[in-house]
Amino acid sequence: MEEKKSKVTLHGTWISPYSKRVEIALKLKGILYEYVEEDLQNKSESLIQQNPVHKKIPLLVHDGKPVAESLVILEYIDETWTNSPRFFPEDPYERAQVRFWVSYINQQVFEVTGQIMFQEGEAQAKSVEEARKRIKVLDEGLEKHFPNKNIRENDDVGLLEIIIIATFGVHKAHREAIGVEIISPVNTPTLYNWIERLQDLSVVKKVEVPHDKLVNFIQNYRQKCLQQAANA
Amino acid sequence: MANLPILLDYWPSMFGMRARVALREKGVEFEYREEDFSNKSPLLLQSNPIHKKIPVLVHNGKPVCESLNVVQYVDEAWPEKNPFFPSDPYERAQARFWADFVDKKFTDAQFKVWGKKGEEQEAGKKEFIEAVKILESELGDKPYFGGDSFGYVDISLITFSSWFQAYEKFGNFSIESESPKLIAWAKRCMEKESVSKSLPDSEKIVAYAAEYRKNNL
Repeated sequence: MEEKKSKVTLHGTWISPYSKRVEIALKLKGILYEYVEEDLQNKSESLIQQNPVHKKIPLLVHDGKPVAESLVILEYIDETWTNSPRFFPEDPYERAQVRFWVSYINQQVFEVTGQIMFQEGEAQAKSVEEARKRIKVLDEGLEKHFPNKNIRENDDVGLLEIIIIATFGVHKAHREAIGVEIISPVNTPTLYNWIERLQDLSVVKKVEVPHDKLVNFIQNYRQKCLQQAANA
Repeated sequence: MANLPILLDYWPSMFGMRARVALREKGVEFEYREEDFSNKSPLLLQSNPIHKKIPVLVHNGKPVCESLNVVQYVDEAWPEKNPFFPSDPYERAQARFWADFVDKKFTDAQFKVWGKKGEEQEAGKKEFIEAVKILESELGDKPYFGGDSFGYVDISLITFSSWFQAYEKFGNFSIESESPKLIAWAKRCMEKESVSKSLPDSEKIVAYAAEYRKNNL
């Protein structure tokens, strides 16, 4: 039986970690896709029409059917393309564990790490302290609930690993650009280790943004944000 | 002999209610334990050390936290009866999208309506009505968000209906006039025993909200 050829399009931006998650997922599954780089100041008609509720990236369009929200997209990819790697374990309890930690990163961690970019002085110091606390919780959680984690090949990568690398893979660039360290081999050894090993995978290297380009972008973006906050 | 699953919960919590509805939909017998937030139980602190929140479902000694996680877990652990999701991946993605919408847009807005006053409450009302209209448009003429069957999105949203009277009273507006289809949907869902048994009386919720407003605003 001939396999029907699928048309897959991803609307994203090169800088967005949410967009990165989907790119990594598509590449892990070996799915060919068309990538549309969106300008968030001037979103395409196509994006707005197909994601009218949130008007955000990433947006996956599969054979004309749009799927929005990165985690929803990732689960959709896993259920539609059932080849390896599978993003979720089989056991319901283990699946719940993955969902818990993904949700923790998405909400509790992002909530504070996002602030750091826009703050300085005491406000920033407070956010950094809180971010370090929450990342420590994540680090300990990974150690406790996913001990002896193998990350050697694509098959070892699931939803949690995708979220981790897409979200934290840029931590060194952030450290250089903003001068703040939150993830380190001393304070967060498990998380640091996972990131290092994930970064060695060729599928991750394919979507990696050059370090200097990233540092430059973050510095400029931060300047803009601080200026905006000062003018407000 | 297996022990009953234990649900750590708090009676007015719409999030706790989601877990109750899910378990009852599956016909799972469970032990309901009311938590006192001024004196959280050792089991809660041990099972959800990070958030220390309800609901927590403890099944075979292992805890599952976060209401939508619990609902999905219940669906996967007891797959034979009343599946919460359709089988088609695209429709499943749509269900997840809309439950996520409820959590992202609806929950914050509804809290502002009953838990705040003045400008914050007004802003909340606007967001709430906007969210409700979007949800109503998604429901369309279907009996449930899940189509012909009561499903994941229905479970994620129906628990807020026990709070509708409180929203209307403290927000000073009528939900029915903004979205009659949603009210009709809520009534339809309440005909299900899994829902009616899991949601407290609206009057009790109104009293609870009034007490909160008295103490906090």
